[in-house]
Amino acid sequence: MKGEFIDNLPKVYGLYTGGFVIFILLMAVLEQLGVAADTIGILFVLFTVVVYAGIGWLSRTMQVDAYYVAGRQVPAVFNGMATAADWMSGASFVALAGGVYFGGHAYLAFVVGWTGGYVLVASLMAPYLRKFGCYTVPDFIGTRYGGNLARFFAVVVLAVASFTYVTAQINATGTIAARALQIPFEVGVWFGLLGILLCSMLGGMRAVTWTQVAQYIVLIIAYLVPVFWMSNAQEFGAVPQFAYGDAVVRIGELEQALGVGTPPVESVAGLRTLTTLHNAPQSDFIYNWRFVTLVLCMMAGTASLPHILMRYFTTPSVAAARKSVAWSLFFIFLLYFTAPALATFTKLQLLDPNLATSVIGKTIGEVNALEWIQKWSNVGMLAVTDGNGDGILQINEFFMRPDIVVLATPEIAGLPYVISGLVAAGGMAAAMSTADGLLLAIANALSHDLYYKIIDPKADTKHRLIVARVLLIVIGAAGALVASLKLTGILGAVAWAFCFACSGLFFPIVLGIWWKRANRAGAIAGMVCGFIAGTWYLYMVRFADMDPWLGMDHLRFGMIGMPVSLVAMVAVSLMTPAPDAETQAMVDEIRVPRGKAVLDSTH
Amino acid sequence: MNDPSQRVVHWQRTKSLMITTLILWFIFSFAIHWFAGALNALSFLGFPLGYYMAAQGSEVVFVILIFWFAQKQHKIDEQTGFAEEGN
Repeated sequence: MKGEFIDNLPKVYGLYTGGFVIFILLMAVLEQLGVAADTIGILFVLFTVVVYAGIGWLSRTMQVDAYYVAGRQVPAVFNGMATAADWMSGASFVALAGGVYFGGHAYLAFVVGWTGGYVLVASLMAPYLRKFGCYTVPDFIGTRYGGNLARFFAVVVLAVASFTYVTAQINATGTIAARALQIPFEVGVWFGLLGILLCSMLGGMRAVTWTQVAQYIVLIIAYLVPVFWMSNAQEFGAVPQFAYGDAVVRIGELEQALGVGTPPVESVAGLRTLTTLHNAPQSDFIYNWRFVTLVLCMMAGTASLPHILMRYFTTPSVAAARKSVAWSLFFIFLLYFTAPALATFTKLQLLDPNLATSVIGKTIGEVNALEWIQKWSNVGMLAVTDGNGDGILQINEFFMRPDIVVLATPEIAGLPYVISGLVAAGGMAAAMSTADGLLLAIANALSHDLYYKIIDPKADTKHRLIVARVLLIVIGAAGALVASLKLTGILGAVAWAFCFACSGLFFPIVLGIWWKRANRAGAIAGMVCGFIAGTWYLYMVRFADMDPWLGMDHLRFGMIGMPVSLVAMVAVSLMTPAPDAETQAMVDEIRVPRGKAVLDSTH
Repeated sequence: MNDPSQRVVHWQRTKSLMITTLILWFIFSFAIHWFAGALNALSFLGFPLGYYMAAQGSEVVFVILIFWFAQKQHKIDEQTGFAEEGN
């Protein structure tokens, strides 16, 4: 039965995609028949979440290697899709285009960083970790360097980085569920968590893999359809991704005329006005330095985040793991190269007086009469003011939340409501799939590395898998609790997760593979010093009012953590004895694809 | 097949492929964006080039680079006899 499923993957997911398209058409018909927009939104979110839960139920398992690494039989292309869903979070889906809209060129550092990191994953990490045969990232650290202490610190860094990230995702599922199902945010958070746990609890990595593939299909359709539709409806071009060059230039001219950059007179809590130019990289050192340091932190973070690395433990072979990284980036690329196109066109539609959709320069009364303006003002995500009292909407009097760029595009361009329902389902899929991967990474590290390897090595299979599931629920609940307190904005927390991960784990993993001389004392020093230095800098800059060094703000604290980690690791390794011959032979073994894995499937 | 000298050859070639890959990665991750201001004077597909490289150009290069790397490394594995059986 299992073999049959793996052999029939293209057919199964082909049917699934067809089914989803039919569902969208059905919703469109319902809309024409006069079914309320709210009902359509509820149907979209409920239907997709029930399907994911069903896949999770069908993938239930009581086998250790199915639970931890999906039985190591996920083909490269499908693992690529699962990784892309694992990777693209609620932030990528909802906030990326909004970030480009408000941040302009400087914000594109995130887009470059979140794609280029995969070059490091492919060339330095994934194939070697796959050959190693570990279940988790601390499993590699613990076995390569030996000793429970190294394993323990790896678990700590993993837990801090992933937990920072997962609260943002649960927050996003809560926001979307709350809006689509019309329930309070605090209830939405727990509803989102329930969906997430249904996907992962019974089947572990196996269930998460097959739901993530399903979620990728939903999220990419939900992202691309509105952009293509909008671009064609507004006659920007058939393929928007290649057609927005002129729009970038045109926005540059409009910004001059409209006075973008003038600070607003008033302010609205939680909302922003456009004050940054769309494409204006300054040629000064600090601007360039801030751009490349953000790129570097996001890239090294990508290559150190355990929920991504562990996806490559599930492929059938080392060669498949490498190919799978390439497919992952291809599937991610489809969304990431669309986001700037969406941001640019949305901005042009609002700014350009030659377009019917424009709002800037119109009278306040005219703008307030627009349906989409009223709708988003009512939920506090948009605000129109008249700061200078001239009755005309100026660029610095139009406030909105960055998320709107994705969520409201269908309405700005006048598309039917069915598209908005689709976008809600896509955002839900993106946030759920990332939350699943992160929760599983934390729970697996705690159950496999902390419980089984350190606390109770004699535990039997049943106990291990029960502990893993209990931990999943506990960590999920803790995440939902923190999310319901609304401590940070979505994106700040996401960048922090990357910096935590690269400060503590990047060099211990890379040097464990590429430098035989690296030893236990060095790895521990690297993890502890890097992590503490990074965290200290984050605390000082964000909470203790210290002036950032060279413009490196709290989003870039990996720039402090990583060098400290490298220096500490190399210095301590060289001051202490080289690893024994057995460890060195182990490193030789992981460097070649052929032969048995270092850790067998029953470890 | 797996004699020690082949192992050295395999690792040498693997290392130089890694270095080549990372040099290209460095250029498109950092070097090119350092000069975004200057590149904007040029136009590509109607885009200012500096903007284009950050929004699309670098990303396209990364996707191609990883496919190229995976294929190249597989060839090294096969030629030195270290590729997995059944692949």
